[in-house]
Amino acid sequence: MPIKSYLVHPHDGKKEVLAHALAAITECEVLPAENKDVIVLVTETDTKIEEEILKEKLEAIPSIKLLAMVSGFDAPKN
Amino acid sequence: MYQSVQTNRRSFIKKMAMLSAMTAAASMFPGILFAEEQERGIPEGANLDWKKTPCRFCGVGCGVLVGTENGKAIAVKGDPKSPVNKGLCCVKGYHSILALYGKDRLTKPLVKKNGTYVETSMKEALDLVASKMQETIKDHGKDAVSIYGSGQWTIPDGYAASKLFKGCIGTNNVEANARLCMATAVTGFLTSFGIDEPMGCYEDIDHADTFVLWGNNMAEMHPVLFSRLLDQRLKRGVKIIDFATRTTRTSMAADKSILFNPQSDLAVGNAICYEIIKNGWTNDQFIEAHCNFNKGLTNMGYGLEDNYKFTDKPEKISFEDYKNFLEDYTPEKASKISGVSVKDIKYLATHFGDPNKKVMSFWCMGPNQHSRGTWMNNIIYNIHLLTGKISEPGNSPFSLTGQPSACGTVREVGTLTHKLPHGVVMNKEHREFAAKIWDVPVENISPKPTYHTVEMFRALDRGDIRFMWIQVTNPMVTMPKLKRYRDGAKKEGRFIVVSDIYPTPTTDIADVILPSAMWIEREGMYGNSERRTQYFEQMIDPPGEAMSDTWQLIEVAKRMGFEKQFHYKEETHISEIYNEYRRHHEGKKHNMAPLEVLKSQPGAMWPYVDGKSTQWRFNAKYDPACSNGKDFHFYGKKDGKAVIWQRPYEPAAEEPDAEYPYWLCTGRVVEHWHTGSMTRRIPVLHQAMPHAYVELNPGDAKRMQIRTGDMVKLTTRRGSITMPASVNERGVPAPMQVFVPFFDENMLINDITLDSFCPISKEPDYKKCAVKVEKA
Repeated sequence: MPIKSYLVHPHDGKKEVLAHALAAITECEVLPAENKDVIVLVTETDTKIEEEILKEKLEAIPSIKLLAMVSGFDAPKN
Repeated sequence: MYQSVQTNRRSFIKKMAMLSAMTAAASMFPGILFAEEQERGIPEGANLDWKKTPCRFCGVGCGVLVGTENGKAIAVKGDPKSPVNKGLCCVKGYHSILALYGKDRLTKPLVKKNGTYVETSMKEALDLVASKMQETIKDHGKDAVSIYGSGQWTIPDGYAASKLFKGCIGTNNVEANARLCMATAVTGFLTSFGIDEPMGCYEDIDHADTFVLWGNNMAEMHPVLFSRLLDQRLKRGVKIIDFATRTTRTSMAADKSILFNPQSDLAVGNAICYEIIKNGWTNDQFIEAHCNFNKGLTNMGYGLEDNYKFTDKPEKISFEDYKNFLEDYTPEKASKISGVSVKDIKYLATHFGDPNKKVMSFWCMGPNQHSRGTWMNNIIYNIHLLTGKISEPGNSPFSLTGQPSACGTVREVGTLTHKLPHGVVMNKEHREFAAKIWDVPVENISPKPTYHTVEMFRALDRGDIRFMWIQVTNPMVTMPKLKRYRDGAKKEGRFIVVSDIYPTPTTDIADVILPSAMWIEREGMYGNSERRTQYFEQMIDPPGEAMSDTWQLIEVAKRMGFEKQFHYKEETHISEIYNEYRRHHEGKKHNMAPLEVLKSQPGAMWPYVDGKSTQWRFNAKYDPACSNGKDFHFYGKKDGKAVIWQRPYEPAAEEPDAEYPYWLCTGRVVEHWHTGSMTRRIPVLHQAMPHAYVELNPGDAKRMQIRTGDMVKLTTRRGSITMPASVNERGVPAPMQVFVPFFDENMLINDITLDSFCPISKEPDYKKCAVKVEKA
């Protein structure tokens, strides 16, 4: 049941587009910085398979320049 | 005693994941703002009224904007107009308003009757406080009553306390918890410069090339200021050197981390001075024009016995004498004492010695909570004075404070036993000056200081003090060797009044508990580390019968017959008191800004002269009080010269031995404000750091087969405590050292700490005692 957080770096001028694209994915919680070109992303999935699928979805977003994982937890559901 | 907190683990982990990423972003992008996080929780369509205030928590004095709606504070964000934080906040600041709304806020006065607390009216409670104080004075004399306040007192709180106790009642039994954190900074300034508080300001950060952090975990204790350092590193490539006894988040972010053995900073500081002189890096012109050399008494003791007294005897020496003294502190000799390599000592010295580098020193509790703390402060000043790197943009020895008004209230108003708002009780002219403004006979003000904080609690234990009023502080968590003072406070014949906003271990010893108004529930001012006084208006009503500490004091003063001195009107008392207080500081050396100025901008730095804050004192280019016709004027001293002090290395009061082989160091964490009485009631902060722990060195832990979460028993000569281990997590102590944060009232580490103190400042050394460590 992975929970992960990332710093997501957009391509130049694409921060808003990227934030919208990420926010549209159910497993994603998005917190864009107000004054810097970086977005905090927290993902939450139920299984490792879902996690793999999500990873593929993220990699397919064209406005992502770099996805850097900060923390990862494998937390059981309550 | 320890109980784990039940939380929704998954949502907690999500929050932690978010915070980890935000923290990582903050270290990569100093100054980064997450507006959505700041405005999270604001109802959609809310019509907020945003008002400015300094943050409630630490001594940095960040400007924040609080959004209120329908009488409730519902949002907070950094004030972009504040020159202190430029819109940034730390994790405590972002959540500060939640501290107003804990479920167990004290809203009614409580009086202990037959062992249980009974609700009463504020009128009756204040009547009882006044009558008990009068009865105690009648039966035991005026020096049997006392007040113990705080660096979280607003300026009017501290002023009213000092005026009532020193001016009206006539006892110098006035102390504040800043004695436990900033008293050493004060004696450091007074001995070296004759006048308190930093000569520079935060703008020095924008000019310095090297930052030396002396035992100062800025990344956790002053995170907003630390982010300004990181920002300068990105922009200008400045160097950050962390000089500490333990590896912390600051060490990890620094360009260079140097670890030293506890107490041996004295030796390393002297070795830096030795190197500066030996290599010809001194600024001889500056020294000749602006410095004297002194030595003082040595082998002073550690204040462990009741009624301990010490007065230093300064003696002038020559530069040559000082050079001879430093022969004992060659890098090689200092290396043996400190464990710091000769190379690293020389590395530190080169940064100070390079004439093309501007250097800023920062320190806080490391050199202050130190049994030779005044000496350590002196030694840091020595380094800056020998090189002339002082009182100009970027060259700045800067002592940071921990509390929002340790400077503004305790140091400037003077709520310590020996102090007056202007000057000291021992000085006849100062007493006359205060008596005139206070409208009391000068004979009322006693010329003799009574008890500093540790001795005040010892006096309570002995029975010399019978009545104590404690406001805005939690000594039953913070006093060293706590058990003695807790038992003392509970003895028969003691009467304790506690004004606070939540139940704490200190309210547990109270006979009367008065509910206080907190921060923006009343009007007031704080003074931060850079001499900046900041005003905040009342934004919301306090709950129930809660009342500001200022007005509690005024009500009691009136009941005791001091209506003439406490003539203030309820609607205008804060401005009346501030305007009266300003009279104590009139003049170019300490003038305070008018209230209208404080209301119109995010604070002003004293001396406020000709409509301007003074950023760099003692420098004729910036400071209108300089009058000697030279480039610098250290006017705190009669001859206008600063003092370079000969101060040796001496060991700590209690060092590890065969029976207690480890060093115990205590301190703080970023999530919690001091004893956690407010921040532990903020769910996100409490969940982020739910309980105390003991940090061990990984090698020691492996040898004892201790892993994170295992219970560990710590034993000192004062007693034992058991708590969970932390290995290779936030901080990593050096081998044979352990660290414990003190915020957790369920794991009172101060039950086993030592009450040794610096003989000059009387500030306890919370950083060093000997402890035995065992797997429980």
